[in-house]
Amino acid sequence: MPAEDRHAPAGRPPAVQFVNLSKSFGTLIANEKVTFDIQSGTVHGIVGENGAGKSTLMSVLFGIYQADEGEIRLRGKPVRINTPAQAIRHGVGMVHQHFMLVERLSALQNVILGSEDGYWLGKRSAKARARVVEIQDRYGLHFPIDALVRDLPVGVQQRVEIVKSLYRGADVLILDEPTSVLTPQEVQSLFTVFGELAAEGKTVVLITHKLQEIIDVTSSVTVLRHGRVVGTMRTSETTKGRLAEMMVGRKIQNATGHRSQVGTDVRIAVNALSIKDELGVDRVRDLSFEIRSSEILGVAGVSGNGQTELIACLAGLERIDAGSVKLGALQWRSGQSVSPLQIRQAGVALVPEDRLRHAVVGSWNARDNSVLGIQRSGKVPGLGFRMHTARMAAWCRALMEKHDVRPLDPLRRTSVFSGGNQQKLVIGRELSTRPEMIIVGQPTRGVDVGAIESIHASLMAERNAGRALLVVSVELEEVMALSDRILVMFEGRPMGILERDEFNETTIGLMMAGSSRADALAQVGQEACS
Amino acid sequence: MSRTATALGSVLAALINIAFALVLGAVLIAAVGEDPVAAFFVAITGAFGSLDGLAYTLHYATNFIFSGLAVAVAAHAMQFNIGGEGQAYVGGLGTLGICMLLPWAPWWAALPFAILASMAFGALWAFVPAYMAARRGSHLVITTIMFNFLASLLMIYLIVNHFREDGSMIPSSGPIAENLFLLRFDQILMAFGVEIPESPLNVMALVALAACAAITFLIWHTRWGYELRAVGANAAAASFAGVNVNRLVVQAICLSGGLAGLIAVNEIMGAQHRLMLDFALGYGFTGIAVAMIGANHPAGIMPAAILFGALYQGGASLSFLFPSVSRDVVTVLQGLVILFAGGLAHVLRPISIAAVSALLEKSKAGKAGVSWNS
Repeated sequence: MPAEDRHAPAGRPPAVQFVNLSKSFGTLIANEKVTFDIQSGTVHGIVGENGAGKSTLMSVLFGIYQADEGEIRLRGKPVRINTPAQAIRHGVGMVHQHFMLVERLSALQNVILGSEDGYWLGKRSAKARARVVEIQDRYGLHFPIDALVRDLPVGVQQRVEIVKSLYRGADVLILDEPTSVLTPQEVQSLFTVFGELAAEGKTVVLITHKLQEIIDVTSSVTVLRHGRVVGTMRTSETTKGRLAEMMVGRKIQNATGHRSQVGTDVRIAVNALSIKDELGVDRVRDLSFEIRSSEILGVAGVSGNGQTELIACLAGLERIDAGSVKLGALQWRSGQSVSPLQIRQAGVALVPEDRLRHAVVGSWNARDNSVLGIQRSGKVPGLGFRMHTARMAAWCRALMEKHDVRPLDPLRRTSVFSGGNQQKLVIGRELSTRPEMIIVGQPTRGVDVGAIESIHASLMAERNAGRALLVVSVELEEVMALSDRILVMFEGRPMGILERDEFNETTIGLMMAGSSRADALAQVGQEACS
Repeated sequence: MSRTATALGSVLAALINIAFALVLGAVLIAAVGEDPVAAFFVAITGAFGSLDGLAYTLHYATNFIFSGLAVAVAAHAMQFNIGGEGQAYVGGLGTLGICMLLPWAPWWAALPFAILASMAFGALWAFVPAYMAARRGSHLVITTIMFNFLASLLMIYLIVNHFREDGSMIPSSGPIAENLFLLRFDQILMAFGVEIPESPLNVMALVALAACAAITFLIWHTRWGYELRAVGANAAAASFAGVNVNRLVVQAICLSGGLAGLIAVNEIMGAQHRLMLDFALGYGFTGIAVAMIGANHPAGIMPAAILFGALYQGGASLSFLFPSVSRDVVTVLQGLVILFAGGLAHVLRPISIAAVSALLEKSKAGKAGVSWNS
């Protein structure tokens, strides 16, 4: 008898049961004999590193993949789920990490899209509206139902997604990394909704890699590693540290300990920078900061608040509309342009935010990607006008050894490496030219815990060796661990720069939602007093 | 997926596609009232059965190598240059220009200049669409095809009004000097005492082989080729990596046009010995199919070019010997091969690669099992 049956409500079968479920892709085993129960009316967390099989398991449950072996039981009955449509019919709903909403339609239209209940929309929409309002009231999921989705903030769009699933009769709601795009305050209100859902008898399955969320919101949790279940337990009976160990299979060290004195000479200076997009909308407005040697400036903010444009501008891919930028000896202002190549030759290394779109060519092997961006640096042996592939392979092998990229095979296709190993390859490549300035976007997006450790250690080592680093990340914990100072951005504007002794999740959260630095500090100070 | 499996799978897919096309071709020939088996025998004998037939096949193949390489170079930058027709046609101005400038030169002395000039004119004709595509985002397929028509009109004007011999009603330039005729293979064989009828296969066939080697080197063993492939595979990543994407796209399309221009040297100095109306007709477009069947790699383009050379030459024998198989039927046969091996290449290739790799795995597992038992 599995241990979790102890806390099953008597007489009620589990909402979902996985029984010896296995799924492999060719030689890669994604899930192996996965067996565990999800009790109905609970919030159940599933944690695991990238590639541990969380997403595959949920894709099997949602009918995107079919299991090779084993079975799924819903409310005690074995079912076969071959398509998402069947999953929805069985009462399984999924909110994807990237929302599946039509931006130009209203929230209501999005909710009923695909379940319009006939060809003639007019009459039905009154009925649909009544049902949507009912769902909103019941679970506290309020949003303006006639607003266009593109006008809604991300956190509200997510509510539309959740209501969409509930509208289709979901009893089991799967959420894949739902908090990655939210401010801390939005996360709190999402968790309140989870509570309402569970209280109404719905089952919430939360996939995440943030252990704090598991502790905060779930009542039970399953840990996956290498496609297998390491354990399923009540959340109240475990701790963050214990979960992390189970995920990784060993103890985790905090790599960001030692910090040398911040240097004196300014390496990166951005002065009153403004960037507009093609439509003339301000993407970055009046942004100024300086980064010295031996310093990490963290940029916090909900994604889409100007960070991407800032990085593109520092990479030479975005025009300046006002202000100026200085990278080492290279300086330019509005009306002038520099090429990405000039910037790299000025001693700047660049780790773009979106790895597979901007940092590597997924279809290439590791060898070819291990020189992408540094192909004209003159620092790679065997790479001049002519490319000596054998010597490049040796270079790549050395890089992979140094940064522990596994498997150690320079001829392996890059897209089949795990996210963490891809990122270690990218960071290793960018650091290999001994740059003076390092610009990093989302250093650990889609990267497993073990690799996060090693990436943070590499970045800290560069900082302590005298480099100036700009680190943009949506992970607050990461920005707070790495940075000497934190710049918070909201709608392209700087909300202020916090010193290390002012770092506080609530303060940053308020600033991410548009409070000024002074207001946020005052509000947090008051709360501390009262 | 191993590289062997990918390569073998691609070859298998190409062969199956060609087989499909030939079977449909057989139905077509039966439909016009001829015996398909006899017809294929005639076509194959025509293309490969005699030394001069083979020479014709290889002469056409030379053109197809140039046009196939042209399409492939652009394709590696994710650009679809279908203006090979026009670029080859305008390339003729370069060849003719050198022949008019150096009428006294022996062929071997004029050849390098003719190659450079034809490539320059082909590249120039490709440059305008390339520049518009890179700078202004105009669609290369539309502009290059429009430039084919422009080339055609320009050349008609130039030939009729400027190059035509006085008093001649033939829309072509006058003949080039005999000392500029490229050395033919029948002449080489003659030196060894083998006598075959005159055929247009000439030293440009060797230039085509050299071009294959040069393009292989350029694309897979130089930094330029590396950046080119980066642009083709992921332009956004390439620009983050400091590659000037627009410039590289323009360069690739110009090189593509230059390669198409080499068809002019082969035809004008090697075969027709004058600049004729529509001398490059069909070669540029067929290059698209050649590159597709050859998977954009010179090692695949060479056999694909020979296949199409054989179709041209075998088709000619076919319509010559079988009165009911008209020139149009032959064109349809060629069209079938283009449709199956070119247009449908990507339909069968993934399936066939998967099948081959499964077979390889199985045979590996089988071998391992045997050695385990013994």
